[in-house]
Amino acid sequence: MKIIVCVKQVPDTAATMAVDDGAISWGDASLIINPWDEFAVEAALDLKSTHGGEVIALSLGSEEETEAIKHALAMGADDAVLLSDPDLQAADNLTASRVLAAAVEKIGDADLVLFGQQSVDSETGLLPGQVARLLGWPALTLVSRFEAVDPDADTVQVERVMEEGNQVVKSPLPVVVSVTKDYGEPRYPSFMGIRKASQAQYPIWGLDDLGLETSGPVVSWPEVKEPPEKEVITELIEGETPEEQAQKLAAKLREEKVL
Amino acid sequence: MTKKILTYIDHFQGSVQPSSWEALGAAASITADLGGETASLVLGDEVEPLAEEAVQYGADQVFLVEDSQLADFRPEMLAAALRQVAEQYQPDLILMPTTTRTRVLAGMAAVDLNTGVLVDVVELDWEGGELTAVRPIYAGKLLATAACTANPTIITLRGRAFEKPDQDPARSGEVVRVEYQPDEDAPITEVLEIKGKETGVSLADAAVIVSGGRGVANNPHVEPPADLSEEEAEVWKAQKGFEMLAELAEVLNAAVGASRAAVDADYIPYSHQVGQTGKVVSPDLYIACGISGAIQHLAGMRTSKVIVAINKDPDAPIFNLARFGVVGDMFEIVPPLTESLREKLAG
Repeated sequence: MKIIVCVKQVPDTAATMAVDDGAISWGDASLIINPWDEFAVEAALDLKSTHGGEVIALSLGSEEETEAIKHALAMGADDAVLLSDPDLQAADNLTASRVLAAAVEKIGDADLVLFGQQSVDSETGLLPGQVARLLGWPALTLVSRFEAVDPDADTVQVERVMEEGNQVVKSPLPVVVSVTKDYGEPRYPSFMGIRKASQAQYPIWGLDDLGLETSGPVVSWPEVKEPPEKEVITELIEGETPEEQAQKLAAKLREEKVL
Repeated sequence: MTKKILTYIDHFQGSVQPSSWEALGAAASITADLGGETASLVLGDEVEPLAEEAVQYGADQVFLVEDSQLADFRPEMLAAALRQVAEQYQPDLILMPTTTRTRVLAGMAAVDLNTGVLVDVVELDWEGGELTAVRPIYAGKLLATAACTANPTIITLRGRAFEKPDQDPARSGEVVRVEYQPDEDAPITEVLEIKGKETGVSLADAAVIVSGGRGVANNPHVEPPADLSEEEAEVWKAQKGFEMLAELAEVLNAAVGASRAAVDADYIPYSHQVGQTGKVVSPDLYIACGISGAIQHLAGMRTSKVIVAINKDPDAPIFNLARFGVVGDMFEIVPPLTESLREKLAG
């Protein structure tokens, strides 16, 4: 099977985010692979070990944004492609999905394109549906489990998470899948993997390579700000016994009219 | 400039995601200020009652597309039906609740209609007739203002961020039936089964959330069965702890939440995780039990109206956000709290 897994670089989730002169800043926090993408890489590697084939990490970002690709390679991805172009700096979701879909077609013959459920920075979760639509493939989003994959019959059967319960769906291949945390713990990169990733060479494709022109974003972000500080005066509930504390708290909650 | 708004009614086998009605509330505020009209879209099989309900919640008109092929959630087909109706009605704005289903549906619709999507919006502004939307990013660590120049702009609204309108059984509106025309050559998926239906209140819709952290495993007063390994015993104790929190949640009609630490230790399924790699929530009341308050967790619940922290460690960061703090052992505080609230709410 040929599996493409899309990964993104984001600031560490432990970072304190700030707005500095209109620009988003994460101080000296490190950049990491989007934590949700690790589950997609894990699923890709599991599928490869069961069904054979190759795993290609695909990322969109500036030429310096290599953390996500390196992590995917260190986990065990066979190859990578970075999509980078100065004209893509203000890319919105639709533009990003056009670029990713074009790259999937240029790579060619993919059976599966995997995503994490969303990125922890912009948190839209739109790309899997958009890329699938552009490719004319089905989208299976928020998948927690691959129940069956049959490369010969070109079908896949998965369990996807919804608010009301899990849906078991059978789909023809090729297909776009987004993987949730329920899939299971991602592996740690091995020492050998990290060494291999640090020396890896991979192509960087721009808009010309993909035969695309940008039409300018339709979605813009005129302003980003820090949320207003929440003024909280904490009232400590004291008491001789835990029962007394509990009763006082219950009374306070009734007064506060939140129950 | 008057606005034509289409709101999408998200449902699962006829049971509506409550935030669908909030979209009609948001639409009503826009048309009250700018003028215009609101239609709703109901897709499914045998879902006519939802069209009537949409009218009662404020739709002037409802497009109803009923077809057995639309019975299950298959986004490719729903997107085709949505495109059909959007081309017929020509809205300026499509409003949807943010749910697992609409994230993929909105994305597909944006491709079909060549437009943009603003996701998980908590505030809308239309000063000067131009619509901008505010949405949290980085799990609410920052707020971004977003605008879309293409028509129709698709916006998904965060649950509980907009007021649900009153249901008025006397309201009347027109139901327009549209015949579903499937896309040719579209890939066809097959829904085989629905399983593991969660019972209880979901985090996104909950007015009250009772949440537990790693501390739920530390009850010194319960003794796990002797044949369990150390790790199994810890999970067993943690599950007892969550049962205690679930009892409080039941009294309050609340959802049960958890910190990432509790989820990663396999104490409770991921669907309960609150925080940056879980769900971002904003209930009226958030009761954090044995949660110290990692930055990723605080980001996911800081906009809750009233936060209660119950923790043994008086220096736990969670207390900085708490309106009420109880320094103490959750296993001694929560049971009498449950009993006391049970009496108060019954009386």
